Amino acid sequence: MALWDCVAGAAAARGAALIGPARAVPLASLAHASCLGEHLEALRGRAVVVAIRDQLTAATALLELDGVARRMVLCTPDLSPEHLPHVVRTAQADVWLGDDASNAPPDTGTLDFAVTADPQPLPCSVQRRASCNTEWVLLTSGTTGAPKLVAHTLASLTSAFAGPSADLGGQEGAAPVTWSTFYDIRRYGGLQIYLRALYTGSLVLSNAGEATTDFLARVAAVGVTHISGTPSHWRKALMSGAAERFSPAYVRLSGEIADQAILDALRAAFPRAVVAHAFASTEAGVAFEMRDGRAGFPVSLVGTSAEGVELDVSRGTLRIRSPGNATAYLGAGAPCLKDDEGYVDLGDRLELRDGRYFFVGRSGGIINVGGLKVHPEEVEAVINSHPRVRMSLVRSRRNPITGAVVTAEVVLADAAAGELSADERIRQEILDACRTTLAAHKVPALIRFVPALEMSPSGKLVRPSA
Amino acid sequence: MAVRSTITHLFQEVAREQQRQLAPLTDDLKLLQCGLDSLSFALIVARLEDALGYDPFDTAESFPVTFGDFVKLYESRAV
Repeated sequence: MALWDCVAGAAAARGAALIGPARAVPLASLAHASCLGEHLEALRGRAVVVAIRDQLTAATALLELDGVARRMVLCTPDLSPEHLPHVVRTAQADVWLGDDASNAPPDTGTLDFAVTADPQPLPCSVQRRASCNTEWVLLTSGTTGAPKLVAHTLASLTSAFAGPSADLGGQEGAAPVTWSTFYDIRRYGGLQIYLRALYTGSLVLSNAGEATTDFLARVAAVGVTHISGTPSHWRKALMSGAAERFSPAYVRLSGEIADQAILDALRAAFPRAVVAHAFASTEAGVAFEMRDGRAGFPVSLVGTSAEGVELDVSRGTLRIRSPGNATAYLGAGAPCLKDDEGYVDLGDRLELRDGRYFFVGRSGGIINVGGLKVHPEEVEAVINSHPRVRMSLVRSRRNPITGAVVTAEVVLADAAAGELSADERIRQEILDACRTTLAAHKVPALIRFVPALEMSPSGKLVRPSA
Repeated sequence: MAVRSTITHLFQEVAREQQRQLAPLTDDLKLLQCGLDSLSFALIVARLEDALGYDPFDTAESFPVTFGDFVKLYESRAV
């Protein structure tokens, strides 16, 4: 069944809408209107690069294209034009779908035609008929700079919540749900929220470049009940002070390791909300969601869940075999998505402490101090536990003695910072905490206070490549 | 002199942090016998780079053996 068939009836009954910063698209209106108009039928059976810049237009187009296009490639808004030919060729795309603000189609000689989507769906006689199982292709960062293309189906993308034992909130009889996310919906984390919203309620979209304060004011004004972002998004939100005027029922973290400090801070900021942290990736899909307010996950999660998600830790990393797994990386010569046992393993390393597994970073991000390994996230968790610290970035610094040492850049939580004596005291307290908790080689050699840390367009801390 | 005193101060600071017994810092003291381990030296070198703005090891032809060599290596690059 295509996405439209799954959501249309219930969405119309709920008066659900996709809500952008300046305008909204009521889902019911799409029964007799389209942002693709007469071009919709021309896209049937095609492999379409969805290069629409405007998020609301893209959200509408994806709903219209599922079941119609054979394949659709979701270009992230920050995708560099230099990578477009690679994306078009790897996806074997034959149609370009853009809007007024999108890049021009690359001259690969393989595109048959280009279509421009209308920002506001125009009334027309539209045939909502599914004729294929559309392949959804997401882009994820590759080690070489060129994106990797990851293929999913609607079934794999919705397996975490549309199955028989789904627990979404917002189903029949429940209070209406309005979702929002800091993510762009063309990334896996955002796409999950987009699809959940279509199945259960409305969605308020973020707006690239919008200040966190303004975004939070907007979601509060619309009455958003469910909202997701990365731990870095949430730290920024808490720093903005605007979170105080917002009272959601459900706050979700994903995309980065959620440490205890951010979970505690969110519980304090949103006392009436369920604070959940999910582990998911573009390739593996959603592995689990924890709602117990504690970092990491219990040993009992290892094995097979009711939803058919199998977690394995026997090789020291979290391996995931599930209906939510992507199908494959696209492209000739692309690496195998799954290992010899059919698991997706992205090298997320685990440490077992007191019956709970904690993420200690990715194999690739390891800092090697004189032959001893340091996972940046492990050190960041200790630094972030200081009450005056908002966020931190631990990185490797080349060193002639040990090859590398650990250094830390720290953002303090309030403006009192900047006084030299206060900074020095906090620096000492952080170092004391590190020395008490961590092995000597993991304690930062240097701590620098910085006003902010760079975040990637996907809302994660920008980490220097290992 | 400023370079030497910065170095001396950092040797003492790191020894204190790493809870190591530092031998009296004379010029002929062998670095490997001064009581510090390689991690301690790594910390000293990293902090010296921040304090002085340069890392003389990137062009050094030989590794310093004594405390005096170590000071000289840094003084030779001082602007």
